[in-house]
Amino acid sequence: MKVSAMIRHHISDSLLMAYSAGQLPEAFNLVVASHVSMCDECRARLESFDAVGGALLEASLEHAHDQSPAAAAPMAADSLAATMQRIRAAGPARREPAPRSVRRGLFPTPLASYVGGDLGAVKWKPVGGGVRQAILPTDSTASARLLYIPAGVGVPDHGHRGTELTLVLQGAFSDAYDRFGPGDLEIATADDEHSPVAEAGADCICLAATDAPLKFNTFLPRVLQPFLRI
Amino acid sequence: MLAPRGFTALKLYIFGDPVFRLLRIQVMLQTLDETTITLERPEGRVVARSAGPAAARGKPIVTGDAGNDKNVESGEWVAEMLRVARDSDEQAFAALFGHFAPRVKAFLLKSGTQSALAEECMQDVMATVWQKAHMFDPARASVATWVFTIARNRRIDILRRSRRPEPEELPWGPEPEPDQADALVLQQESKKLGQALKGLPDNQRELIEQAYFGDMSHGEIARVTGLPLGTIKSRIRLALEKLRQSMT
Repeated sequence: MKVSAMIRHHISDSLLMAYSAGQLPEAFNLVVASHVSMCDECRARLESFDAVGGALLEASLEHAHDQSPAAAAPMAADSLAATMQRIRAAGPARREPAPRSVRRGLFPTPLASYVGGDLGAVKWKPVGGGVRQAILPTDSTASARLLYIPAGVGVPDHGHRGTELTLVLQGAFSDAYDRFGPGDLEIATADDEHSPVAEAGADCICLAATDAPLKFNTFLPRVLQPFLRI
Repeated sequence: MLAPRGFTALKLYIFGDPVFRLLRIQVMLQTLDETTITLERPEGRVVARSAGPAAARGKPIVTGDAGNDKNVESGEWVAEMLRVARDSDEQAFAALFGHFAPRVKAFLLKSGTQSALAEECMQDVMATVWQKAHMFDPARASVATWVFTIARNRRIDILRRSRRPEPEELPWGPEPEPDQADALVLQQESKKLGQALKGLPDNQRELIEQAYFGDMSHGEIARVTGLPLGTIKSRIRLALEKLRQSMT
């Protein structure tokens, strides 16, 4: 997998931290998890944000303002025994090594699990101009879909009114400012006016996630507000 | 990590109210400078930059944590985790449980989980710690970090009832054990991060807590990037590279 070294557009700190903290809508999680699967740099950054979470967990009994640590988290008397019971009920722990997920197809594992397979399993629907899309099943806080844009074709105005994350899986697209190739992640906000065009050569396949405009204020993590200006 | 990267970062930079954001980052960095960075950064940098696993291995690392008891005291828990992973050692698990179970429960309570559910959920998390012990990699995470990721995922399952797609696992290479020196440095860096966090003024530490415990009252999380994550990131990066090398 040589993609990792070629990636130039990465996940922003605030987005990565929100993923680590578990604060993103499912559709955004899918894009972040897919990019991290392709990008060692972001994996290392993500795991360092996880380390912040670990340090907070370690310190979670301190600073419990007006409560003693014991009052902050009273344990059931038989906690350990009950946990051992659970462990025994589940049977012997499986000790096989982590699954060897040496990827052969185009899709990173998290994406493949939503599609139910690789490229061949996608149920495309035409949306005009040779462009095809496939909506992926996520909860309704945001939506995720695959886009298929024939080489040289402009991406139609899909009217994102919120934040849109676009991860390139194959091919490349460019707008007036920049180029996005395999593994690159574009973060576009409502204010961005751009007309990306798929490069000549290979057809462009992207994974895109948008927060649904109607649910904007309710569901979008406030984490993203600084750069969304909402 | 503070430098804007490419167009995406530039946009973030523009939309993130740069002046205010930079001011906050500077304040946090100063605070951290006074606590840990000045003392520890030079050495950390050297380890990170010289980068070669061989260099790290050859470097004598003075830890001060001689025996297991000291380890337990300093809260590292790696030895216990490995005993659970290798020998299904219930005594080691009981020690881990004594330390982490109340913390996991406090984490869940702070995230707004009801008390009875938090107990249930905590037991579930700790059972997962037992079951997945063999997947713990001390060269990539402290025990606290690893337990945090399990608790976070469980919290999403329960509170949000939604899926959290995870990045694909990197397969282990033929060597079943991560390099000891790498693991040691990563564990030390994690400890430093914990100390840096403790050293933050209350309001800043609470800001970060709110971000992770899911109780954000304002959108200030972007400004916490002043934490000294550079070195720990370099160590994780190194561990990932070795993992990839060992695969080929």
